[in-house]
Amino acid sequence: MTADQIIFLLCAALILGSALMVVTTRKLIHAALWLVAALFGVAILYAVLQAGFLAVVQVVVYIGAIAILFIFAVMLTRREMLDKGAQTRSNWWLPALLGLLILTGLVFLIIGQPAFGRTAAEMPAGVDTLRNLGTALVSPDAFVLPFEVASVLLLAALVGAVYVASGNKE
Amino acid sequence: MSIPLSWYLILAAALFSIGLFGVLSRKNAIAILLGVELMLNAVNVNLVAFWRYLDPAKMAGQVFAIIVFAVAAAEVAVGLALIISVYRRRKTVVADEIDLMKW
Repeated sequence: MTADQIIFLLCAALILGSALMVVTTRKLIHAALWLVAALFGVAILYAVLQAGFLAVVQVVVYIGAIAILFIFAVMLTRREMLDKGAQTRSNWWLPALLGLLILTGLVFLIIGQPAFGRTAAEMPAGVDTLRNLGTALVSPDAFVLPFEVASVLLLAALVGAVYVASGNKE
Repeated sequence: MSIPLSWYLILAAALFSIGLFGVLSRKNAIAILLGVELMLNAVNVNLVAFWRYLDPAKMAGQVFAIIVFAVAAAEVAVGLALIISVYRRRKTVVADEIDLMKW
């Protein structure tokens, strides 16, 4: 058991524990805060995977924007569901069963593939992943089209969200 | 880097299943979106792990992960705007009670 593996296992425990709290806790504001913990664990995993830029983006975009948006939404709508009745459906065991089935199926598939037992090769020396990523995002031979589509999608979502959420318009 | 690739894949599978459970079992529409976020993160862990383990010189995995970030941000912005709009008109965030278009 090397240091890498210990870090990974701690991280996995943090992620899965917080994710379980997200889906089971009663108070929605606590669920949103547990989501922050889970997202932070995923950011650590990105750092372990040597994707530093993605780790930063995860913290800035997911934790800084999306989780905060969730907390705002919870605070704007909280009166209704806070203490009234159950937070989960009465037949919650059915989704639990489905999730367990999918999990066991996937784990069997993954364990059955010997190719997935490999460990990562050392990062080749002299490869600047951040520079490569920036070039790949804007180079016409690589991913400039998906990048532009994503930006148009973001713009459309921005306009749509403002339109839908802004109240009475006659 | 002595972690087998399968560890990441199993972690992502578990995270995805937990998110799926949240989406299907929660009543509150905001909690359903929280589950969707967990599922999107599981996909991202897979993408980045495959990028690192299979071909770190090509950036396809990371680029796709960034696009998933953008899609997640768009989804949350529009989804929460819809929920807040529905809440304003009908005073409910329970997904079962938002049934105007249910046939």
